Parts: sequence; C-alpha cells; structure tokens
Amino acid sequence: MREQPFFRVDWIVDNADAIAGRVWEHVQMTVIAVVLGFVIAIALALLIRRVPRLYGPIIGVTGTMFAIPSLALFAILVPFTGLSVLTAEIALVSYTLLILVRNIVAGLESVGPDVVEAATAMGLTSRQRLLQVELPIALPVVIAGIRIATVTTVGLVTVTALIGLGGLGYLIINTGINRFFPTSIYTGVVLSVLLAALADISLLLLQRALTPWSRSRAGGV
Amino acid sequence: MEFIGRVLAWIVDPASWTGSDGLGIHVWEQLVLSFLALVVAIAIALPLGLRIGHTGRGANAVIWTANIGRAVPSLGWIGIFFPIVLLLRTGSGGFWTSLIAFALLAIPPIVTNTYTGMREVDRDLIEAGRGMGMRERDVVTRVEIPLALPVILAGVRTSAAQTMATATLAVVVAGGTLGVPILQGIRGGDDVKLVGAALLVTLLTLATEFGFGALQRAATRRSNAAAGHRPFKNAGEVPLPPAGPM
Repeated sequence: MREQPFFRVDWIVDNADAIAGRVWEHVQMTVIAVVLGFVIAIALALLIRRVPRLYGPIIGVTGTMFAIPSLALFAILVPFTGLSVLTAEIALVSYTLLILVRNIVAGLESVGPDVVEAATAMGLTSRQRLLQVELPIALPVVIAGIRIATVTTVGLVTVTALIGLGGLGYLIINTGINRFFPTSIYTGVVLSVLLAALADISLLLLQRALTPWSRSRAGGV
Repeated sequence: MEFIGRVLAWIVDPASWTGSDGLGIHVWEQLVLSFLALVVAIAIALPLGLRIGHTGRGANAVIWTANIGRAVPSLGWIGIFFPIVLLLRTGSGGFWTSLIAFALLAIPPIVTNTYTGMREVDRDLIEAGRGMGMRERDVVTRVEIPLALPVILAGVRTSAAQTMATATLAVVVAGGTLGVPILQGIRGGDDVKLVGAALLVTLLTLATEFGFGALQRAATRRSNAAAGHRPFKNAGEVPLPPAGPM
C-alpha cells in the first residue's frame, strides 16, 4: 500500500463547497458574537459614564469571565443550554466584553473636557454630544477594541468544534486530527488565520475611512 | 442548586481522584504540561527580549513576528504540529505536540513585555551605570532587569494564565489534562463530570493569575523603591509618588 501524500490538493478541490460552508459558519458565529458583545459593551460603558464607580466591579466581573478557559466555559454552560449555538455564543460574547468595555470607556475618556464644554456651549444636548462629538472622537480606540475582540473570537470559534459546532475548527479537529488527515488540519488553520487577518485589516480600513482626521496618528493599538 | 451540590460532592469524593483516569492524574498532567511549556517559553523569550531590549537591534522584526504568532489560535498551533510530530514517530505524540504548541503560544507576551520593560528604563540611569564603569553585562543585570522586572513579570503572568487555560485543549491530540474529563462529560452526557472538571480548570487558571499577580506586585514595590532614589529626569519634573499595584 502506498502512503498517501502529506498534503492533498485534490481533497480541497473535491470538498470546496463543504469548506466554504464551514468558512461561512465561522463568519456567522464570529459576527454574531462581536455584534452582540458590542451592543452589551456600549450599554455597560454608558452605564459607567453615568455611574463611574461601577467601572471597578464591571471590569472585575468581565475580567474574571475572560480568565475562564474557553473549553471550561463551554462545558459549564452545556447542562443549561445544551450542545447548541446558544452555548457557544454566550461564551463567545462574554469573552468580548472585557476588551470592548475597556476600550469604549478609554475612548470616551480620551475626549478632552474643553471639547465637551465647547459642545455643551454650542447648545448640544447630552445625547447629541455623545453621538456627534464624543463617539466620533472615541472611534479609533473603540475600533481598536473591536479588532482585538474579533481576532480573539475567530480563534475561539475553532474550539466550539468540541461541542459539535466549530466552523473551521471542524476541519481542524473532526476531519483533521481525529482522522490523522493533515490536509484538513492545515486547511482549517490557514483559513482561520486568513479570516482573522482579513477581519483585522477590514476593520482598520473602516476606522481610517470613518476618521480621516486621525490618519496620521491613530492606527493600531 | 441541587446540581451544584452534586458537582461539589463529586469533586471532593476521593474516588473521583484515584485511578488511571482519575482527576489526580489529569490535574498532574495539566500542571506538568503548563509548567514545562512556560519554562521552555521563558528560556526562549527572556534572552531574546533582553537582547532586543538592550541593544534595540532586530527589535522590529522580532516584535512583528511575535504579533503574527498571536494571530494563530491555540488550536491552530496544535493542528500545525500534530502531523509533523506524528511524522517523526515519537512515542507520545500528543504530549510533544501540546508542549511545542503551548510553548510557542506563551512566547509572544513574554518577548513583547520584556522588550517594552527594558525600553522604558530611564536612559539616564543606564548612562549613569556606564559612567560608574559598569560593563554592559552589569548594566543589564544590575540596572535594566531590576527596573524592568514588573513589566517582564506581567508578561510571564499573562503567559502562565493563558497556558493553564489552554492546556485543556491537549485533549484533542490525546495529550491528557483536565480536558479529558471535560470531553468525556460532553460526549457521555455526564454533566456533573464536565462541570466539575471545568470548575477545577477555572480555579487553577485563576490561582495562576493571582499567584503571578502577587509576585508582580512584590517586584513593582521593589522596583519603585529602587527607582525612588533616582534624580529627576528633567528639570522641573514633579517627583511622582510610587505607583500602586499595576
């Protein structure tokens, strides 16, 4: 019997549709987690803006969640929400919170008091000031947080293969490692790294487009 | 509530800990794997970070590589090395794959923090050391490292906690650790087992985080005490009180 080659391009060609399906699954799980995480983080950050002494407890709780190993968090949720997308998303969202809350708060705090004063003097209400002045100024730091959260989430989604989901993690573990099939493993790894890089660069370009005035300074954190 | 009671009862039951597939052996595997990965990572990352931090040469290339390395997820590193280790046909492929993967995962935080810590040391203090006739080696070991230690240890702390947390993934390549009972619980529908093991991993990770945190704070106090004697960097600069825990 001849040993099969280490890397089989024909397998990738034959399974292009299935691989594309896993990529799409991966993108969906990542986007849902980051969007939900962002909505919750914005709410928490606005709460902190109103009641600053909540910053410590909120960062403490989200920081502890961040320290829980991913496989452990998925496992702890399984008895309650089963081997489901819900289980995966609860864990993935809670991992984004620390990074997002910290960056949104830091972004809002970077707005100078003189700017806030000027906006108030021009007759802007608190809501107008937030939407038209403070958030745009905070945007580079906020998007820097979204970039880190997204790259982290892309990596964590692969682990959900262990609870029967996984997107590209399915290619790494189920059809890859479990069947000693390197082609599938490397396809999964390379695509997940590319996905993370692509998301990171797109968000950076989005930030540059949205904040043309900060082009010379901001960029990445 | 009743469920949590059963989980706790399972954790404290000596029968859960004994045997060739008990918690005892898996906790041990988890500790050994994490410890060795951290040691290997420190052995590579620390000299590298110190060198680029002291000389500044090659720093961009190293930091750039470290950042790229961070984009590869933990499972990715395991996947990358699993076939290679198998090709080399070593006995315990799962262990070696995991050790290499987790060591690589632990290197970037230590390299970047060591470099940053070294760069942040007041240039005047380094010049003063040279002026006192210190050799380059002494400048590194007696001036730069003591002052950079809190930042270096912060990197070690990040790596240690991250390694302890990710070590469970060794289970996918039969590398043992507490990932074993977690996965057995998931596959066999044994909620008590999977939650119990997950709680243990979480406790180990938090303990690592806080343990290294205490170490880091102790180093910060020492570093601040040492730097407290330094002359003002710029004329007119207000001396700051020692910083609190980082």
